[in-house]
Amino acid sequence: MRHLLSAADLDRDEAVLVLDTAGQMAATQAREIKKLPTLRGRTVVNLFFEDSTRTRISFETAAKRLSADVINFSAKGSSVSKGESLKDTALTLQAMGADAVVIRHQASGAPHTLAYSGWTHGAVVNAGDGMHQHPTQALLDAYTLRRHLVGDGGRADATGRDLAGVHVAIVGDVLHSRVARSNVQLLRTLGARVTLVAPPTLVPVGVHSWPAEVSYDLDEVLATGPDAVMMLRVQRERMSSAGGGFFPSPLEYTRGYGLDARRLAVLPDHAVVLHPGPMNRGLEISADAADSPRAVIVEQVANGVAVRMAVLYLLLAGGEPGARTGDGQGRTHVRTDETRAHA
Amino acid sequence: MSTGTPASGPGRPATHVPPPEGAGPAPGTTVLGADDVGRALTRIAHEVVERNKGVDDVVLLGIPTRGLPLARRLAQRLAQVEHVPAEGLVGSLDVTMHRDDLAHQPTRTIGETYVPGDGIDGKVVVLVDDVLYSGRTIRAALDAISDLGRPRAVQLAVLVDRGHRELPIRADYVGKNLPTATAERVRVLLAEIDGEDRVVIEGAGR
Repeated sequence: MRHLLSAADLDRDEAVLVLDTAGQMAATQAREIKKLPTLRGRTVVNLFFEDSTRTRISFETAAKRLSADVINFSAKGSSVSKGESLKDTALTLQAMGADAVVIRHQASGAPHTLAYSGWTHGAVVNAGDGMHQHPTQALLDAYTLRRHLVGDGGRADATGRDLAGVHVAIVGDVLHSRVARSNVQLLRTLGARVTLVAPPTLVPVGVHSWPAEVSYDLDEVLATGPDAVMMLRVQRERMSSAGGGFFPSPLEYTRGYGLDARRLAVLPDHAVVLHPGPMNRGLEISADAADSPRAVIVEQVANGVAVRMAVLYLLLAGGEPGARTGDGQGRTHVRTDETRAHA
Repeated sequence: MSTGTPASGPGRPATHVPPPEGAGPAPGTTVLGADDVGRALTRIAHEVVERNKGVDDVVLLGIPTRGLPLARRLAQRLAQVEHVPAEGLVGSLDVTMHRDDLAHQPTRTIGETYVPGDGIDGKVVVLVDDVLYSGRTIRAALDAISDLGRPRAVQLAVLVDRGHRELPIRADYVGKNLPTATAERVRVLLAEIDGEDRVVIEGAGR
């Protein structure tokens, strides 16, 4: 694994390896001393073109717990707002010796461009790009699901296992959701069955080529007894009739697709409720559901740190050729070019 | 950059060692058989009991991969000698994340760290590993231990000490001292992992 750009980059064994590694990382986080010396001397840049406190802090915590140096770069108030391009930003980071770049960008595909353009030699981790992918979110969701649903809910038993036989319902704004896209791919890789539930207006074109079933009726799906319900965030401002009119009113959406106490009661006893956050209480999820014992939403945040530690470890710790950025190496390149030019 | 042409070394006579049987995957020389391994562990177990006057505060931490089954076997012997349950004696200590050579090698899979009972504070920790060589694994293990707690003492038990230390580290309990050349390779095979108990020296075409 050189970069992590999409949930589709991972095959089953790689995904299980990330989850297993995350399990060991989580175990270290229960100790008194949480910090490990593993990535000492490595530099991780959090390059955030889009606001995200949660994901950024999660990556920052993960990198710091592994003793990496962390540089946070947010587009707001930076030279990006003065018109600097992604390329120039990347070149700057390369010159500073970034070993890994964690990028969030509003444009789908920006991490891919960064990874394969040659602007940076470091590993690139996609922390969410447009409506495309958010692979570490999918991994932390899979990790959370595995903890609760595989191996009798026991942590140790789940090591080395995938999610075969688990049925997950992903509910809400599938159209705009990179979380849904990543999760469909990863859950499928891990052997789980996925049902997407959304109003017809929020189902993307071409969804029938996705490895998932599609339903427009939440109650119908809940009646089939899914093992997990993953609620997606609805962006209020996008949803009003002024912002595109994907549904008539928030109240109508809540009636059709919101998870409330009544719907929660229909679920099997072992089922868990996930939400990538931040939640709109009262819109896609009621307070009852959000605070119920089967909601694992807060745990998802903690698992996010462990999963991101695992990803950074797997991308940065090894000595595979090419994975090393070493600004010394970069300098050598420059010198060679100069020598050649003068000769 | 010198190109390593073999014929041009004036100071080096062409001591062309005729490729011995070790040209393919050499089976190597067996230095310890299954019985020897068993006897060594029994002796180490008795030494642990004697040095620590019992096993009341002793925790055996095996370093994966092969240190862990060795620690389990030691614990069984300790349990027989001292009539205590073996399970409470063994833990597993993964040192991967504390290694100083992570950047020079392919990514290693992280193993499990598990400490029995109520931690290692105030206990005597006996680290158990298969081969003691440079000492760097043990250095990493000492760092890993300090993240887990503060033991009263740390001791080291190894099945084979092959020398060539790069750090001031020495074992308290040694199954067999095995002087080796750096070019040689010592492999410990254990029934739990490899299907048989054997210690083999490979390489260095002797």
